[in-house]
Amino acid sequence: MSINTRIILAVCFIVLAPFVGGFLEGCDRKISARMQRRIGPPVLQPFYDVTKLFKKQYVVVNRSVHFLLVSYMSLMILTGAMLFAGTDLLMCFFVLSTAATFLYFAAAVTNSPYTTIGAQRELIQMMAYEPAVLLTAAGFYVAAGSFNTADIINSDYSLIIKMPGFFFAFVFIMTIKMRKAPFDISTSHHAHQELVKGITTEMSGKNLGIFNITEWYENIFLLGVVALFILNKNPWSILAAVIVILLVYFVEILIGNSSARMKWETMLKMTWIVTLFSAGVNLLVLMVIK
Amino acid sequence: MANVKRSPWLLHYDGSSCNGCDIEVLACMTPVYDAERLGVENTGDPMQADILLITGGINAQAEPVVKQIYDQMPRPKVVVAVGICACTGGVFKDAYNIKGGADTVVPVDIYVPGCAARPQSIIDGIIQARDLFQKRSDEHDAMVKAGKTYEDIKREREEEEAWKVAEAKAEEENREETPSNVRSN
Amino acid sequence: MTSVPIVPFLIIFPMIIAFVMLIIPVNPTANRVRNAIAYLSCIAVMAAVGILTAVWIEGGAQPVSLYSDGMELADNAALLGKIILMAVVTFLSFKYRKYWICILSIAPNIAAVWLQKSGLITLDTPRIYIDHLAVLMCLIIGIIGSLIVIFAVGYMHGYHHYLHKRVADRRNYFFMILFIFLGAMFGLVLSDSLTWIQLFWETTSVCAFLLVGYTREPVAVRNSFRVLWMNLLGGCTLTTGIIVFAAATGVNSLSGLTAFAELKAGTPEEGLAVIPVALIAFAALTKSAQLPFSTWLLGAMVAPTPSSALIDSATMVKAGIYMLFRLAPAMHETATGNMVAFVGGFTFLAASFIAIAQSDGKKVLAMSTISNLGLMVACAGMGTPETIWAGIFLMIFHAVSKSLLFQDVGATENSLGSRDIENMHGLLYRLPFLAFCMFIGIAGMCMVPFGMLISKWAVLRSSIDENDIIMTFMVVFGSATTSFYWTKWLGKLIAQTNEPKVKDITKPNEKISISIHAVLMIALCVLMPLLTKVYVEPLLGELFGTTAQVIPTTVLYLLVFIIVFFFAVPIISYAFSKKMHANQKLSYMSGINTGSNDGFTDSFGNETKLQLSNYYFKNVLGIRKLMIPCQFITLAVLIVMMAMIIGGAF
Repeated sequence: MSINTRIILAVCFIVLAPFVGGFLEGCDRKISARMQRRIGPPVLQPFYDVTKLFKKQYVVVNRSVHFLLVSYMSLMILTGAMLFAGTDLLMCFFVLSTAATFLYFAAAVTNSPYTTIGAQRELIQMMAYEPAVLLTAAGFYVAAGSFNTADIINSDYSLIIKMPGFFFAFVFIMTIKMRKAPFDISTSHHAHQELVKGITTEMSGKNLGIFNITEWYENIFLLGVVALFILNKNPWSILAAVIVILLVYFVEILIGNSSARMKWETMLKMTWIVTLFSAGVNLLVLMVIK
Repeated sequence: MANVKRSPWLLHYDGSSCNGCDIEVLACMTPVYDAERLGVENTGDPMQADILLITGGINAQAEPVVKQIYDQMPRPKVVVAVGICACTGGVFKDAYNIKGGADTVVPVDIYVPGCAARPQSIIDGIIQARDLFQKRSDEHDAMVKAGKTYEDIKREREEEEAWKVAEAKAEEENREETPSNVRSN
Repeated sequence: MTSVPIVPFLIIFPMIIAFVMLIIPVNPTANRVRNAIAYLSCIAVMAAVGILTAVWIEGGAQPVSLYSDGMELADNAALLGKIILMAVVTFLSFKYRKYWICILSIAPNIAAVWLQKSGLITLDTPRIYIDHLAVLMCLIIGIIGSLIVIFAVGYMHGYHHYLHKRVADRRNYFFMILFIFLGAMFGLVLSDSLTWIQLFWETTSVCAFLLVGYTREPVAVRNSFRVLWMNLLGGCTLTTGIIVFAAATGVNSLSGLTAFAELKAGTPEEGLAVIPVALIAFAALTKSAQLPFSTWLLGAMVAPTPSSALIDSATMVKAGIYMLFRLAPAMHETATGNMVAFVGGFTFLAASFIAIAQSDGKKVLAMSTISNLGLMVACAGMGTPETIWAGIFLMIFHAVSKSLLFQDVGATENSLGSRDIENMHGLLYRLPFLAFCMFIGIAGMCMVPFGMLISKWAVLRSSIDENDIIMTFMVVFGSATTSFYWTKWLGKLIAQTNEPKVKDITKPNEKISISIHAVLMIALCVLMPLLTKVYVEPLLGELFGTTAQVIPTTVLYLLVFIIVFFFAVPIISYAFSKKMHANQKLSYMSGINTGSNDGFTDSFGNETKLQLSNYYFKNVLGIRKLMIPCQFITLAVLIVMMAMIIGGAF
């Protein structure tokens, strides 16, 4: 990849990701509604919501929340831009976890009961998904011989052939990252959960808008990692990647609509067991055949 | 002016309702009525809500709670009283612990009568509320554009009131003074 | 370099000051004199380290061997030192009726004396060896160690006046041990002679023992003897290793040992190098408080904070790491290397699990120290240039950050009256300076641009390169748990509170030391890419004989970018958010917030205070649950592997 392509791709991510992410969320809500035999909101509903949020009065519990959320968003954008610029995948994941730390700070600083419990659960979620995320990077390193995403998508065949276990583990933890049931323990897109709005309880107006946009960036980043499993030298693999991304997204929606929320203990156990036995066994096999 | 009425988020507060209206409010979100078509989301969080739905009359214990929740909602905001109890106090009106309808505590904009209020009328109330929400939001935008805050507006209004009162008083005094002057003459 | 006797100065000067410290009695006037001398000598030590570095760089920054002959006097002084150590340990173990412990001191020291007098070893080998690694260690000991002593001057005053009035004030004794310890540490990292290393090694062990037992309370005495026997056990294996090697080959130098091991790898004579390397590595594991020997470090937390900072985190435990780094080229892809790597990786994982369950600040620091040392030990055990690179950075960051945190938690305890993390709720508003520095210290241990990131990156990469799947797992799970316990602590510090401010009784000298550490922390983070190029790569070249670039340039550029981004974004957005007009609202408590965010109306209509607490999972991850099984596993691995290594060598 030439430096120009890298910059163009990164800029594309920064500019387009919110739109694509918002559109996908709109589809998500529409599909969810159809799964429940409802008509559902218009596809552009997420954009209406965010526009409204930015129009509302700026109300805060603690002033610091805003700058922490802005840092959270900036680091998330950096993460995605790094991925699309073809740089080191493992570094991307480390920056990702720092971004999540800022979200935790933004919640912890309010000293509000619901937010704080939500934030603690967010930390547990981070602890649950981090091994799988790091192992995925490790898997790419073994399979493609490099952490650089530019090299990973330049392989001769789709790496999912070598790393189905990693793929499964990654899709599994994506349920946590996309805040879908059964793992939406820190906050959810639906009301009436036991923690009110969990980690976002004290965010309103502008702050919530920033949080939503960051989630769109994050989702596109995660789907970008999913695409890494598919992309190869063949240009047609782009089409295949898009199909796989849409399929994965659909599966997440299906899981989200067909399951109930779990306790955090169960979530932690399940995630780690899946990480060990799916990604771990895959890694073992890869190391043996290398 | 942005079209904010496509995204009215609700906060549902149950005062001392018999739960009839609450069930009807929830029924609005079910597949049969599907209020989400209007962009409605039932948030549980005043910080994120635009429209406050109150069911049931307000009792002495609930009064500070409703006030606090109303205060936590960022402007522009609309209050809808759902069901006859929230509108006037209903059959509980004369109970020792009931203050009356929701408007005894917070300013109510839309009244949805019924015992229990039917989902159709609740949705109608929500539609009226979101139009009002749009209007207030436009006012809010204009205010922000003018670089003012709600405190400024409030102060201006108070000054205006005070001015009016002062004017009226002066006029009154004038009117009173004139005959006395005549008399003294 | 012999023209400037800077090396003898570094070793002997602290010893002389130690004697001066002892003879100044404890009373208010004399205390002032002692404090002044302590300050001056700390500055002198720092200056000496600076001169050493300058002279050495002036000489071309090449490895230098010094003092190879005419050293009979020094050798005899070393013998005398060993006998004194032996006498001290024997006396105290008889005094406290732990008779068997004296054997652990008598046996190796007698053997070492015999070795030196037996004529088996050549006497004209260089005693001192200075290279990048030694200078780096000197800088760590000189700067951090001296700052800790400066901190100790103020801290011990508060310790005896506010916290522990019942403890006998023996500050002269305390400072004597601190200075002896500093001298011994310099000696250890600068020596090349194995017999000298043995002396300084034992000295640091005994100093640690004496510092832990400072208060003479029953629990302190019990814990100090645990420190003693575990470290002396390491000393025994170290001495055995030295005797085996020196008696067989006649070489009395550490560099000779590693060279021999690399030279003879794969030949029938391999065993001669394998056994000493394994035994010394075992000693290093005890010194670095790896499982199953971690309990001494936990017990050592009863000591006053400066000694905790000096011994348990910043310097002494690094002696083990230093030894392992020296041996790393010899351990690469050997059974010893695998053993060390496994024990280190396992300790990293297990200790980080246990740290989650701790709410006592100092215990979290202790467990995280063990855990991070584990990662460094694992780096050394894998023994590739990349992992040593990671290990060096971990060591630098860990030394600064932990020394900062220990001092900070100690100072916070003096002011706040507690070191429990739950009591540090909203500390940023109550004790702003200490909390801010604590924040920097913790961020240095867990957040992205501070060294930890890139070190983990390198460790993960090389563990995959080595096809070491167990290591990979331990690193990924360990890093997840590590960020959990640090981040929840950070959250406690920044939470908003209405509690009144606490009177900050931190002394100016404590503040100076703490703020220098904080500045150092940020400077290190910013300068890290430069440091790699200028210092660490030549260091690896010396250790491994190759000057390969370990970290790709692109990654380094990326790192610079991330560092800039990480500091710029929050600061800029903070400046902007301050200007925004915001409406302050109460936090959401279902509408029953009593009006100041710190309480709610309960079902009886009374005001109840809001208390927020972190998750600890005490009944799953507590020390009691995990420590014994983990010790058992590592002990079993150590015994089996040591048996295999030693048995396989014959």
